[in-house]
Amino acid sequence: MKKVECIIRPSHFNAVKDALASIDVQGMTVTQVMGFGKQKGHTEMYRGSEFQVNLLPKIKIEVIVKDQHVAQLVDVVSKAARTGEVGDGKIFVYDVVDGYRIRTGEQGEAAI
Amino acid sequence: MRNPVQKLVLALAWVGVLACLLFVQGVQAEEAPADPTAAIGEIKVALDTVWVLLAAFLVFFMQAGFAMLEAGLTRSKNTGNIVMKNLMDFAVGSIIYWAVGFALMFGVGNGFIGHTGFFLRDTFAHLGLAIPLDAFWIFQVVFAGTAATIVSGAMAERTKFGAYLIYSAAISAVIYPVVGHWAWGGGWLSKIGFIDFAGSTVVHSVGGWAALAGAIVLGPRLGKYNKDGTINPIPGHSILSAALGVFILWFGWFGFNPGSTVSALNLSIASIAVTTNLAAAAGACLALILTWLKYGRPDVSMTLNGTLAGLVGITAGCAAVTSGAAILIGAAAGILVVFAVEFFDRIKVDDPVGAISVHAVCGAFGTLAVGLFAKEGGLFYGGGFELLLTQATGVATVFAWTFGLALLLFLAIKATVGLRVTEKEELEGLDLGEHGMSAYPEQVDMERSLAGVVRVEALGR
Repeated sequence: MKKVECIIRPSHFNAVKDALASIDVQGMTVTQVMGFGKQKGHTEMYRGSEFQVNLLPKIKIEVIVKDQHVAQLVDVVSKAARTGEVGDGKIFVYDVVDGYRIRTGEQGEAAI
Repeated sequence: MRNPVQKLVLALAWVGVLACLLFVQGVQAEEAPADPTAAIGEIKVALDTVWVLLAAFLVFFMQAGFAMLEAGLTRSKNTGNIVMKNLMDFAVGSIIYWAVGFALMFGVGNGFIGHTGFFLRDTFAHLGLAIPLDAFWIFQVVFAGTAATIVSGAMAERTKFGAYLIYSAAISAVIYPVVGHWAWGGGWLSKIGFIDFAGSTVVHSVGGWAALAGAIVLGPRLGKYNKDGTINPIPGHSILSAALGVFILWFGWFGFNPGSTVSALNLSIASIAVTTNLAAAAGACLALILTWLKYGRPDVSMTLNGTLAGLVGITAGCAAVTSGAAILIGAAAGILVVFAVEFFDRIKVDDPVGAISVHAVCGAFGTLAVGLFAKEGGLFYGGGFELLLTQATGVATVFAWTFGLALLLFLAIKATVGLRVTEKEELEGLDLGEHGMSAYPEQVDMERSLAGVVRVEALGR
């Protein structure tokens, strides 16, 4: 079982959500985050003083999948989220030790 | 069908009724008709009263404008506190002004101060009012409230609420009324020909200089200025709220300036409305142009301040200058306010909303501008320097009185009950520290926002 964490542009959220639906991903957790990588921020002005805004809004999507589905998921998300410009985002894959469905008590891959 | 006797009785009854009516009519006709002159006099008083009340209600609404503006330009963790300060400086001020302030301002007295009519227990006949005293009082109390509420913006985000209430009582009781007496209550400024029609100095500069004293004694917000002199912007949480505040203030100013005629029959209420509007528009336009050139892009909050600068600037001379002059005065104020905001930041006087720049600086400027632009006596109209010097005298003395007293007051408060909140409280936000609440509970922390969600135990399941 793996957790796939995708940090993408907010503008591409719908495209990625649809792409995930097309490969039968059953659920996801979405958070609004701020961050930066190589993409620089911008300069703002407030009442005569300049300040740098380096944190940019992004969307983080977390999905839990079986090991054999990770490659396809990474491929599908990348295609949906890519623009070719700096700031497209990142995907990280983590090991999941265990999981449970609260309603039924199912454990392991049955919980996905 | 009635018999002839019944018909006769009926006919006689009708004759009797007719006769009575004619008799009564005749009696009435013999009384003198109502005196038309007296009736017209009554209508005049009614018109004046209605106008003054309407203007007073408009100026009252400026309290909402100040609240929206100040809340919009400060952080959301302090919004409840800003609301309370704005609400209470008018609530406390109203009662204090009724008890003490109005008497000091308009009571019988000398050139310095009035001393009759505390608790409004006087006819104030010496004022020669053409309207009921209550109408005049309510008009005056909303002006006092305007002066008082200016200070809450400059002292926002770090002032103890109780300390602010003490200051608020003092300005409505003494600081403002004395200045008002000098200029409008028959005091020495009015005697030397000082012109401040609606209060560029009396209201706005008084509020502004008190704000300056407060901001100096308080010190800047945590993290505003770095040791190397650079400035960290602390953006307000709602530019929309700030903008609505400015629109409301602009609207209320149509009561502030034209209302100061205290008479509907003085048709200059129309030209005053025009000068007021043009100055506001010019202030906005020039602040826009200046920030566009200076910063590369038109600055929203500075343009909002520019609008107010124009309004404050025209307040002294709105009845004495032409429309063209009003545009020049507003334009100059719009430029001045941008430089003033930057200046106070450079000398590390932290003013979150620009209250000092708008009200003190442009209030003083607007007052001096009367000396230049007044159709009767202005320097540019061949009046020489006399009026200008009179205006300058007023500006200087009011500064000395207001700033001096306010400085002493704030220092005294600082030494006794304390003026500023603790560092911890300032970081957490005054809503939590001073009022134990949050203006935006859903944004504070999940536990508190979940407190608003229905609990499953309560549903009886």
